[in-house]
Amino acid sequence: MELFDIAFFVFAFITVVSAFIVVFSKSVIYSAFSLLFTFFGVAALYVLLHADFIAVTQVLIYVGGILVLMLFGVMLTNKIVNVELKTGTLHTIPALLLVSVVAGTLGGLFYSTWKGDVAPPPPPFESTTKTLGEMLMTSYLLPFEIASVLLLVALMGAAMFARRRTKT
Amino acid sequence: MKEFLIDILQNEILVYVLMAAVPLVWIIPFALFAVWWERKISAHMQDRLGPMRTGGWHGWAQTIADILKLIQKEDIIPAAADRKLFNLAPYVVFVGSFAAYAAIPFSAAYVGSEINIGLFYILAVSSFVVVGLLMAGWASNNKWSLFGAMRAAAQIVSYEIPVALSLLAVVMIVGTFDLQEINRAQSGYFWNWFVFQKFPLLFVAATIYFVASLAEVNRTPFDIPEAESELVAGYHTEYGGMKFALLFLAEYANMFAVSAIAATVFFGGWNSPFGDFMSGPVWGLFWFISKGMAFIFVHMWLRWTLPRLRVDQLMYVGWKVLIPFSFVIVLGVGFWVMLAR
Repeated sequence: MELFDIAFFVFAFITVVSAFIVVFSKSVIYSAFSLLFTFFGVAALYVLLHADFIAVTQVLIYVGGILVLMLFGVMLTNKIVNVELKTGTLHTIPALLLVSVVAGTLGGLFYSTWKGDVAPPPPPFESTTKTLGEMLMTSYLLPFEIASVLLLVALMGAAMFARRRTKT
Repeated sequence: MKEFLIDILQNEILVYVLMAAVPLVWIIPFALFAVWWERKISAHMQDRLGPMRTGGWHGWAQTIADILKLIQKEDIIPAAADRKLFNLAPYVVFVGSFAAYAAIPFSAAYVGSEINIGLFYILAVSSFVVVGLLMAGWASNNKWSLFGAMRAAAQIVSYEIPVALSLLAVVMIVGTFDLQEINRAQSGYFWNWFVFQKFPLLFVAATIYFVASLAEVNRTPFDIPEAESELVAGYHTEYGGMKFALLFLAEYANMFAVSAIAATVFFGGWNSPFGDFMSGPVWGLFWFISKGMAFIFVHMWLRWTLPRLRVDQLMYVGWKVLIPFSFVIVLGVGFWVMLAR
């Protein structure tokens, strides 16, 4: 095992274990906080794939934005914190069917592309920031602009809703 | 420095561990000194003496005695607190503030990791601090703590925007997030520093960054998360002993980190202000730390000069003053760079 492999398995372990806690924890607040470690693990995996910009953006957007927003939501809703989440087994047969189909597809895909080892680290590291910036400003300008206009509309809509409620 | 250490030690892993430990060796003495310094400055501004006895000369050993006391204290967890999160929170906060040091260039020869996205990385990892604060406040199961944590998080999230935009103005000129590259672009005399470039746009950007960074580290006049008169001590009300020390250490580490970024991005970092006079890697460390400490001094000075803002005033300053101004500066610098090409 090389250093790269050890790092990969450590971060994969963190990601998977914390994702399990997110799903199976009985308390919403624990789920929300263990999402922090999931996001961290995913960002680290991006770094191992030499996608530095995506990794940092992942941390900035998901930890700094979305997770904080979710925590605020959970903490300000005083009832949610104390509610015992209902985790029971419902609709066993359809669920089992769906899960086996998805798992079978993923497993088949995994098996057919399996090369017997973790992918070796790609050769010399190059920063992706510059290339990404150039691509966004040339080949992908239209999708980029559409996404930004969409986000602007969403922002203005949210501000409108918030304001209307306070006036009445 | 990395290549040099690899040559001596012949072991890459050991070298990486050493490189990572360097900022820690700086943070701990710095925090000990800064706490003492802050107490002395506040005392002198209020016409008293501050700590005078411990250690003899002007009570220099006061904070060392304090930290020894904190280490020995019993580790108390309130009965109603959430034990797991209560124990975890100080570590998350400290990891967040320590991780930022990985990309801060202390001198021409030393930077933890010379990555191309250094500045962006620092902005991103500081969000771990926000989550850690929320964790500390919530796990304490105390209304003051929770309010303090909420205020801290709301404040940091809103002031992140002017911080990022004012730094973006410099990034647009240099064309990279690499802090070493930004340092090299300011070499020579002090009029090459970005704070004096593209006058007055970047001067205003530096001011915006400084004001917003005060809010990011919860310092006066933006210290409502810890407002003693209303919230006891904010999110660390319930903490004691070593965990309190860790939270406190993280706070001072953050203070130095934002000051170091201000020094690096706008005030030349490790560059000497006088061209080749007193320049070089070791003098670089001297200049970098002096510039950082100068900003720390201003932080302390403001703490005993300005009154605390109300929550609504805080939001007004953030959203209606700093953000529009920083947008204007980003636009202005963009046009300037494009037209000057």
